[in-house]
Amino acid sequence: MALKGFAGFAIRKVVGAVITIFAIVCFNFVLFRIVPGDPVRLMFRDPRVSAQKIHEMYERFGLTGSLWDQFIAYLRQLFLHGDLGYSFARRAPVTEVIIDRVPQTLLLVLTALFIAVIVGTMLGAIAGWKTGTKLDSAIISVSLTLYSIPIFVMGIIILLVLSFYLGLFPLSGMYTIGADLTGWAYWKDVLWHMFLPTCSIVIWYVGEYIIVTRSSMQDVLDQDYIIAARAKGIKESAILLRHALRNAILPVVTITGVNVAFAISGVIEAETVFGWPGMGRLVYASVMSRDYPVLQGLFLVFAVLVVLANLVVDLIYGYIDPRIKVRSE
Amino acid sequence: MSRLIRGLQDLRKSLKLLLTHNMGRVGIIVFVILGVMVIFGPYMRTVDPMRTGLPQNILQPPSSQFWFGTDHLARDIWSQTLYGARIALLVGFMAAVVTVAVGTLIGLIAGYFGGKADEVLMRIVDFFMMLPYLPLMIVFAAVLGPSIWNIVIVISITYWPYTARVIRSQVLSIKERAFVEASRSVGASDSLLIFGEIMPNVVPLMFAEAVLMVTWAIYAEAVLAFLGLGDPTTISWGMMLHFAHESGLMSMAPWWVIPPIACICATILAFTFLGTAVSDIMKPGYREARGL
Repeated sequence: MALKGFAGFAIRKVVGAVITIFAIVCFNFVLFRIVPGDPVRLMFRDPRVSAQKIHEMYERFGLTGSLWDQFIAYLRQLFLHGDLGYSFARRAPVTEVIIDRVPQTLLLVLTALFIAVIVGTMLGAIAGWKTGTKLDSAIISVSLTLYSIPIFVMGIIILLVLSFYLGLFPLSGMYTIGADLTGWAYWKDVLWHMFLPTCSIVIWYVGEYIIVTRSSMQDVLDQDYIIAARAKGIKESAILLRHALRNAILPVVTITGVNVAFAISGVIEAETVFGWPGMGRLVYASVMSRDYPVLQGLFLVFAVLVVLANLVVDLIYGYIDPRIKVRSE
Repeated sequence: MSRLIRGLQDLRKSLKLLLTHNMGRVGIIVFVILGVMVIFGPYMRTVDPMRTGLPQNILQPPSSQFWFGTDHLARDIWSQTLYGARIALLVGFMAAVVTVAVGTLIGLIAGYFGGKADEVLMRIVDFFMMLPYLPLMIVFAAVLGPSIWNIVIVISITYWPYTARVIRSQVLSIKERAFVEASRSVGASDSLLIFGEIMPNVVPLMFAEAVLMVTWAIYAEAVLAFLGLGDPTTISWGMMLHFAHESGLMSMAPWWVIPPIACICATILAFTFLGTAVSDIMKPGYREARGL
């Protein structure tokens, strides 16, 4: 019975996500056609491109015919062939260009997220546990301050200080060019290059996790079962770890899903500052070279990622939280 | 109308209250400094911040001629820093006005009429809230082309749904109150009820949203400019960092990056403080606790 309730809930969520993704696809199509001129003109502001060449481009992109025909052609290319268009700056299909960058970005984001969750939850739990003390207000004000500073500004500060002036870390990139390292030495090199971009994202993220865990901790500590645990004479550290933190951690799961949009923004800034060869750097490079097909493709990929992340969080929550099951029955 | 005036008087009282709040005070001090930079900038030994100088003046350290040194095109950093305040505040306030106006209008309509209109508007709001904000801004800015006004529009596109939601939920509770019912019973029209009766009661909320929006807009403008989407006819702090980073010369010229970094951090922190202060003083009991 419960599963039936959850199945109904899940189906509605999945249908909602599919509709949203379709709306994003339409939005993406419209966005690049509402502008004065059209995508090909946008790509070729260069007067040296001949009329003949431009006409070929129109055909190649399915830009001939009515808007409706164009829309159908666009959908067919996208859904049947996974084709996001062709990048002129890179002379390669957009899908390939983007897929090449995915692993580097995932490596950076997942590492940063992992560290931020651990450190942020710990510090947040301590701040919540010690609410009102000097330690608490120190943690909170430092994290609020760091959270307000844009990642690219923080990135430039640590790049200047730690790389340029102290020479502790490389200036940019993912590995030492020309070193041709393999195996363990290669990964050590990557880790060394990764340290600063990861730090710049973690510093920003951690603030949010601290704030959320702290307030969630404060709520949990008021609950009866904590008072009961104290009355039983259980050690404070055991109460903190085994009783309070376990329950306080639920909101952390939610914001991790909802935060994918923030993660994307952070990764664009950090990769740009540190020259990390991922999707974020690709955004910047495409802005600089006015490579609209790649920008359009990246926007679609990012938006779909956000929808999927929210869907996963919704489903996990629906499965865990009995109230949602009841409501859907 | 009298209610609108009272709303504005409340606003003035709130401004006075802000000065009793520590964070509010810091925020207002930084805000005044920015105001001085904007208004008196042209009289403070500045030159055209975009004018490139002589080749021998490239990347000069601070001196009596160039107070903050020069950049890779021999442009005066001191002037760029002062003019950057102009862009930051201009974008911040314009975006706040646009967002709060659009968000409030949508929120009022959705909250007041309810039903189908509410459902459709909230679907649109949800859709825009779902889109990842930075890629959305980048795509819009790239498509619309770089100019200050386009940046204002692009930033507003990402934030209006939040304002609309906040205003809507407030309207939902206000419209049930007795004075709205009283006005309706004597035959007030929908537009009179919305703008004459309900709107004056969301003015404090609009103000709080505007403060948040200014912070967000200054942040967003800095990021967009850093990513190379700034208005090429002007200079902003984000663009100074963009040029410094892009040129690969910033390690040789710390004077080039320190002013914009300091200005961006100080401005965003000041408005964040101001936002915290505004939400604090709007909490019931703040005045009483301070004996005001």
